[in-house]
Amino acid sequence: MRGFGRHLAEKLAAAVVSFFVTLVIGFVIFSLMPADPVRTLTRGRPTSEAQLAQLRLQLGLDDPLWQRFLSFVGDTLRGELGYSWQFQQQVSTLVAERLGPTLLLMGTSAAISVALGLWLGMRSGWKQGSVFDRITSGASLTLWSVPTFWLGMILLVAFSIPGLLPAGGMSDPSLPGTDPLDVARHLVLPCLTMVLVIFAQYVTVMRSSIIDERGAAYLLTARAKGLADADVRRRHAAPNALLPSVTMIFMHLGTLVSGAITVEAVYSWPGLGYLTYQALKIPDLPLLQGTFIIFSASVIIMNLLADLAYRFLDPRVRAQ
Amino acid sequence: MRSLLWGAGVLAAFALLALTAPLYIGDADLNVVKVTGPQLSPPVAGYPLGTDQAGRSVLLLVIWGARESLAIGLIATALTVVLGSAVGLLAGHYQGALGKALMHVTDWFIALPSLPLAISLSAVLGQGAASITVAIAVTSWTATARLVRAQTLAVEARPFIERARVLGAGNTQVMLRHVLPNVLPLILVSSTLTVASAILSEATLTFLGLGDPTSVTWGSMLQAAFSGGAVTAGAWWYLLPPGVAILIVVLGFTLTGRAVEHLLDPRRAAHA
Repeated sequence: MRGFGRHLAEKLAAAVVSFFVTLVIGFVIFSLMPADPVRTLTRGRPTSEAQLAQLRLQLGLDDPLWQRFLSFVGDTLRGELGYSWQFQQQVSTLVAERLGPTLLLMGTSAAISVALGLWLGMRSGWKQGSVFDRITSGASLTLWSVPTFWLGMILLVAFSIPGLLPAGGMSDPSLPGTDPLDVARHLVLPCLTMVLVIFAQYVTVMRSSIIDERGAAYLLTARAKGLADADVRRRHAAPNALLPSVTMIFMHLGTLVSGAITVEAVYSWPGLGYLTYQALKIPDLPLLQGTFIIFSASVIIMNLLADLAYRFLDPRVRAQ
Repeated sequence: MRSLLWGAGVLAAFALLALTAPLYIGDADLNVVKVTGPQLSPPVAGYPLGTDQAGRSVLLLVIWGARESLAIGLIATALTVVLGSAVGLLAGHYQGALGKALMHVTDWFIALPSLPLAISLSAVLGQGAASITVAIAVTSWTATARLVRAQTLAVEARPFIERARVLGAGNTQVMLRHVLPNVLPLILVSSTLTVASAILSEATLTFLGLGDPTSVTWGSMLQAAFSGGAVTAGAWWYLLPPGVAILIVVLGFTLTGRAVEHLLDPRRAAHA
């Protein structure tokens, strides 16, 4: 267990360094690269030079670089992500409001696509080259090549224009309160879009790790004991083949959050992705910076979890 | 082999369409003010794929869109490959502090979510093809860097590198004259797959409104369709073609890349 504690500490330290680097990159992009944020901020409004100078002073733009960076890091660590130009609200408040819907959409899509992808990958890898395998692989490859937002629009035209499913948002504004069934109805199309595009990567990983396991000697033993083919697959090959997939699933969960941007934009799903889309229109730089930091942090956390899950699940690594 | 022929054939067809487009598509077909077609009409005689809100032929727009979509995809890939190969070569060749530092930077960039990073970059750089290209390159060079570094390490372990060194070759000469030519085929193969994802990224970023609003690309067509209410109007003829074009081209690059990868992979070659 001491080894595990040390491993954990190392991984945590690496995650902290990663996060710090994210902050540096965020600072470079949002604070150093824009020519003059004050000009962007006041674009289209008559502003005097004195007002501009006042605004610069307020935003701390006249401070030396290192001081601006330190105050940016300090604010971020305290959970203050700045003030949105567009919504006239704290970015952290906006992010907190939008976190729930994104987690709901991501969670459902991830659960469905992981289950579907692993099952399909297991079946098609076991019978490599079969009709089932060729159809699954072909469909995954094709769906992977489709732009997510386009698939979303096509599904909208197909299902929501005929009035089968709602076109956007998370709930019907004319209904009092939030009805879980109504939310579920709104969830169907965005979730379907995400699942169709992301399940393919799980198919690929599971398929190739099952193919790797297929020649293993312990499967021969299992067969020699007289187990049926389906049992050998389910009880012996699948658990071992799952290991490499688990790591990848967690790593993909982090990137999934950002995959939500286009889907949420198409369906006006009131989550972090839609918030990013709204921020882009202005562009509302503090808000963009806030969502960038949140998305990056989620990737870092997921990568950390991926590593820990792997150690926890694989007895060989655990014993070391 | 079959998928290689299919992939390469499809790509050649699209390249031909894109290159010859100026011969039969002119300003009169593309300029919103000059076109004469019916507005947002389903396929009719003379407009086999219908028209957009301004009355332009969707078929001609898709063909014209191939030009810039492919161009951005290819230029972004070239940037990605040059940047990634440079980092990979240096990291593989100088295995001391420089190599370690470069690999750390690569790992950090891998951990960054690519779409939010690309969005942030192009939002700050301003709308347009140039900023999208830069954003794609900055977010996708890491895969090439890792691949090239691994290959560089493998090539540098071979005796002929030692021989070159004994004969007095310097660092630059070893990297450019001896390692690079051996790594190049693999770089070219992996770049086919990079083009596929670059084209998808271009479409996504343009759809989010980061592209040049006046130019015609597949992404900007979809963006115009979406913001112009084509979805609510149920204008499937306007939405389907650009997406199908992206799908076919991305599939074409992926199939070609994978097929060549299989051909070059000695393990697979032994099986076949």
